[in-house]
Amino acid sequence: MIIIEPRASVSLFRAAMAPVWAVAAALVLCSVLIMWTGTSVPTAYVLLFKGAFGSSFAINETLTRSIPLIFTGLAVAVAFRAKFYNIGAEGQLYAGALAATFFGTGLITLPAVLMIPLLMLVGAIAGGLLLIIPVLLKTRLKVDEVVTTLLLNFVVLLVVSYLLEGPWKDPMSLGWPQAASIVDEGVLPALLAKGRLHFGLIIAVLMAVAMWAIMRFTVLGYEIRAVGFNAGAAEFSGIRVNRTVIITALISGGLAGMAGVSETAGLKGYLTLDLSPGFGYTGIAVAMLAQLSPLGVIPAAIFLSAVYVGADAMSRAVNIPSYIADVLVGVSVLAVLVSVMFSQFLVRWRS
Amino acid sequence: MSDIFEILLTAGFWAATIRIVSPLIFGTLGELICERAGVLNLGIEGIMTVGAMSGWMWVYQGGGLWGGVLFAACLGALFGLLHAGFTVHLGLSQHVTGIGITLFASALSYFVSRMLLPSATTPPKIEPFQELPIPVLSDLPIIGEALFSQSPLTYLAILAVPVTWYVLYRTPLGLAVRMAGENPVAVEAQGINVLAVRTGAVAVGSALMAIGGAFITMSWFDAFYFGMINGRGWICVALVIFASWRPGKALVGALLFAGLEALQVRAQQSAGAFIPYQFFLALPYVMSILAMVVMARKAKYPHALLVPFRRGERV
Repeated sequence: MIIIEPRASVSLFRAAMAPVWAVAAALVLCSVLIMWTGTSVPTAYVLLFKGAFGSSFAINETLTRSIPLIFTGLAVAVAFRAKFYNIGAEGQLYAGALAATFFGTGLITLPAVLMIPLLMLVGAIAGGLLLIIPVLLKTRLKVDEVVTTLLLNFVVLLVVSYLLEGPWKDPMSLGWPQAASIVDEGVLPALLAKGRLHFGLIIAVLMAVAMWAIMRFTVLGYEIRAVGFNAGAAEFSGIRVNRTVIITALISGGLAGMAGVSETAGLKGYLTLDLSPGFGYTGIAVAMLAQLSPLGVIPAAIFLSAVYVGADAMSRAVNIPSYIADVLVGVSVLAVLVSVMFSQFLVRWRS
Repeated sequence: MSDIFEILLTAGFWAATIRIVSPLIFGTLGELICERAGVLNLGIEGIMTVGAMSGWMWVYQGGGLWGGVLFAACLGALFGLLHAGFTVHLGLSQHVTGIGITLFASALSYFVSRMLLPSATTPPKIEPFQELPIPVLSDLPIIGEALFSQSPLTYLAILAVPVTWYVLYRTPLGLAVRMAGENPVAVEAQGINVLAVRTGAVAVGSALMAIGGAFITMSWFDAFYFGMINGRGWICVALVIFASWRPGKALVGALLFAGLEALQVRAQQSAGAFIPYQFFLALPYVMSILAMVVMARKAKYPHALLVPFRRGERV
């Protein structure tokens, strides 16, 4: 029988190594699939690494793809901290993109210094508003938020599909379902002369730092952690649990909404139905690898972004389906659960 | 309005309802069994994908239809065991593990199908389950076509409801499963191994989910493609809450749901010009949320749902 006891103390090193072990385990497990494809495992992983970091173009692409993952990773991390299981970052991302498209395609035009913050703000509000229904259902009626947030993802995507094929369809798009372009003032400027890397990275990193500061130094951060750790005890000690959960949800949805703004106004310049290839879901893996730490989200997002960018390159070079990246992400989520447990608990076997 | 009544009177509508309900019954019963034992299984969406892919692939590679169903069920149970290992034995978060299983299982399904069918642009097809009309009964008007001229897997789905009910409510095993989800300490006091009961329930439940997925590729459609499950697993989780964790009510809820969806497909054809088709496609998800809201106050959660059990620990 398995005996699990908490460790007396967890060293910082042990905690930091947990996701590293998880990633190593995921890479080893996925190598079984790579062997099946007939490519040698070292070759495949070298190709993956080169595809993600092998050239300035690759690094640029990896950082660009990490931007939405930092936002969604932060969104999931803050929500999970309060044990509010927001699996709806994908839908909130699209809600943010919808808001950016609504305000940013000609309705309002301001100088860029005001326009970009405005778009980010309305995107965040839209993302947060989308979480209002699930969070109120949870706090008022105890309806499980996982199912409601998941189901809303499908609804939002259908709303986007309707708007892009109907009222919001850009007549200049030659029949493609896409919205009009964001006005020039609202477009996030490029960071480098070459490549697609844009100002969204700066905003994402600033948000990560801000979330770190909120979680660490503010009463709200303390309350969020207390509610997540033991809601009953938090309530007993005078924390208004429902209020804290609602605020957490608004922050979480807001962060995910900003991912949508950054993708629309930064990367593409206009809203399409394939704006996000599952950034919301990958955000869960990001947050788990970061052990829900806001600053940890940055390296975790860059790592998973590298997995996707590298796997694309790898699948072009050798015959390995790019789905290997999704498998790696899924295995990482499971592996990090175990490795974090081993870092915090002593697990022994007693017969 | 009169259009709707006309639709309700056609045998085709009822036949479609029964077809749509079949995977929902498997999935909902599977989730219900897991949750009754105290384990939320959010791996359902991925496990249904695995079932859809593996059952289909078994037949495509030359196996028999029933062999495919069995293969899907075994793989489903295997993922169930993985979920149980994490949540029951290691006591890890049921929410996060379930999402992880869904991410892993669906990605693996797509990877495997891409490996086995590398150059397929249009998904190849199999010869799916044929309708098996039941003699005499299938000759009845409307009901005959709707209920008794269905695929054998549909009969299996409908049969699974009373069987699940009987096992859960009329056998010692079922009592142990239900108590494991209500008061595991009491179960342990009876000398029954809670961890084993929960593990078994999750494995059996997951096998049912996988059969539900297999139904979609082996009896409804004849091919496997990306995004096939399309949230059906999550809808099943909502249906379990709607059914207040009871197999009979689960059948009623699933039927209601499938009926509305069948109606929706037909309304889409007649009202498609006025109402955008996305509205109809969004209905199942909105209805699932509404179903949970309506039943929320009456919901009788298994008391030990989401609570890991550690032997010798007081609660």
